[in-house]
Amino acid sequence: MTTQTVVPPGAGQRQPLAAPRRRSLIPDLHERPEFALVPIVFVVVMAAWEFVPGWIGVDEFVLPRPSQIVKIFFNQLGEAAFWHNLWVTVQEAGVGFVIAVVVAVLIGTAVAQITLLERTVLPYVVAFQSVPKVALAPMFVVWFGFGLASKIVMATIIAFFPILINVIAGLKSADNDKIEMLTSFGASRFQVFRMARFPSALPYIFAGLQSGVVFSILGAIVGEYIGAQEGLGYQLMQANYRFDIPAMFAVLIVLSIMGMIAHGVVKLAQRKFVFWSGDESKRGT
Amino acid sequence: MTSAANVVPATTDGDLDSRWIEASHLEKVYRPRKSAPTHALSDVSFAARRGEFVSIVGPSGCGKTTLLKILAGLIPYTDGETRIAGNRVSGPDKGVGMVFQAATLLPWRTILENVMVPVEIQKLDRKSHEVRARALLELVGLDGFENKYPGELSGGMQQRAGICRALVHDPAVLLLDEPFGALDAMTREYMNLELLRIWQESRKTAILVTHSIPEAVFLSDRVIVMTPRPGRIAEIIDIDLPRPRELRMMASDDAGVYVERIRAYFNSAGVID
Repeated sequence: MTTQTVVPPGAGQRQPLAAPRRRSLIPDLHERPEFALVPIVFVVVMAAWEFVPGWIGVDEFVLPRPSQIVKIFFNQLGEAAFWHNLWVTVQEAGVGFVIAVVVAVLIGTAVAQITLLERTVLPYVVAFQSVPKVALAPMFVVWFGFGLASKIVMATIIAFFPILINVIAGLKSADNDKIEMLTSFGASRFQVFRMARFPSALPYIFAGLQSGVVFSILGAIVGEYIGAQEGLGYQLMQANYRFDIPAMFAVLIVLSIMGMIAHGVVKLAQRKFVFWSGDESKRGT
Repeated sequence: MTSAANVVPATTDGDLDSRWIEASHLEKVYRPRKSAPTHALSDVSFAARRGEFVSIVGPSGCGKTTLLKILAGLIPYTDGETRIAGNRVSGPDKGVGMVFQAATLLPWRTILENVMVPVEIQKLDRKSHEVRARALLELVGLDGFENKYPGELSGGMQQRAGICRALVHDPAVLLLDEPFGALDAMTREYMNLELLRIWQESRKTAILVTHSIPEAVFLSDRVIVMTPRPGRIAEIIDIDLPRPRELRMMASDDAGVYVERIRAYFNSAGVID
């Protein structure tokens, strides 16, 4: 990701600033065929899903048609209970994610900076990472009850590991040249951390946040499956008990949109805070 | 451009200027845990006058970069002694500015912020040094690029910013570790002229490590020739070419004689770099 390469001969003559290509409103389909292909695939799949099951005798009750699902999806937007459930799940996932980020950054920093701690703690981290954390959900419900707390804990635990691993890897990724450069000017350990190690870690940390944020939603939903009276996972299970498969799909759509928005927000933050990362991998400063 | 140097001489002995940078009987042995020790430097002694430009040349593995890093206080030495401005080197010195093989700019900082790194580390006065940083950038022709990021600059421009960074805190000593090794021949020649101009204006004591013999002859007052394994000083050659130097002097017989004389050491050692 941030491998340093020696600037090749001829680098000095490279034009520093290429003029930005003029953007037309209609995308050039030769260069970006996906602009056409992605919608086409969507339409084809949806059309097939709408009609093919009927032709081959699959019951609508088992696999509802997209048009039915969309209808239910828009219907549920008018229900207060849906919005309440959405808000509950957003809170569980959001709070769980934030706790995961804070704890992972703190522990990750300590582990990456203190060798003895790394040697002591890392085997446990690796061992615990291999535990299927979803299997812990029933215990969390016993320990933390049927309310928000057990879901927040579940969201935190699932989101925590990808972030922690990336924080540790990121803090160790700072290249020695930069550290040596700062040291030669008399930088303290903390200055080296602040000026080189932490910024070098940001691309990794954001990669961790991107998977972490999606995992936190997963954690909240799994928590709700085990035992809850509210939340989208609860709503989905309720629809399941009624054999209301279109309603289940409608919740799934909401969850996907939630995941995409969360992922998009992290991506946006990454672009703002890690603006240099593309440049570095291209040029190897 | 000439404010007081950061280094305060330990003694006021008038002789100090003649051995502003001094290494005596320096030894360096690397002792890796799992392999045999390497004798990197053996009995290295030299002194550089204040304001002098000294180059160290030698084939790969002769310990020239090790020597420079010892002077920079970045790695400890095994035996002997080294002093800068009369002070024993025991760690990185705030009065030293170092230029590295790669420009090693921080990609998340603008060029100006990169040049200000030593000021920030040493908690010097931001305002006055920013004026100095801007003046240095102008000196190397990077005015107008202060707010650009390193990724937007070419390799040569990045290296010039690296030189500004090494000078911003007005160090008494400038250490250069093969600073132009990664540049193409044209840019390199241009950067040599640039470096010479900056050195003439700032009058820092400069130590340059290079594997280019013509570069060393062109820039230096004296050239230290090293032989490999263990790194020893073969000869210290005074380069008696007039200053200010111009590129066409390199075509002169005098320059050619120096280059040949140094190359002879490399050839006899059986290593041509």
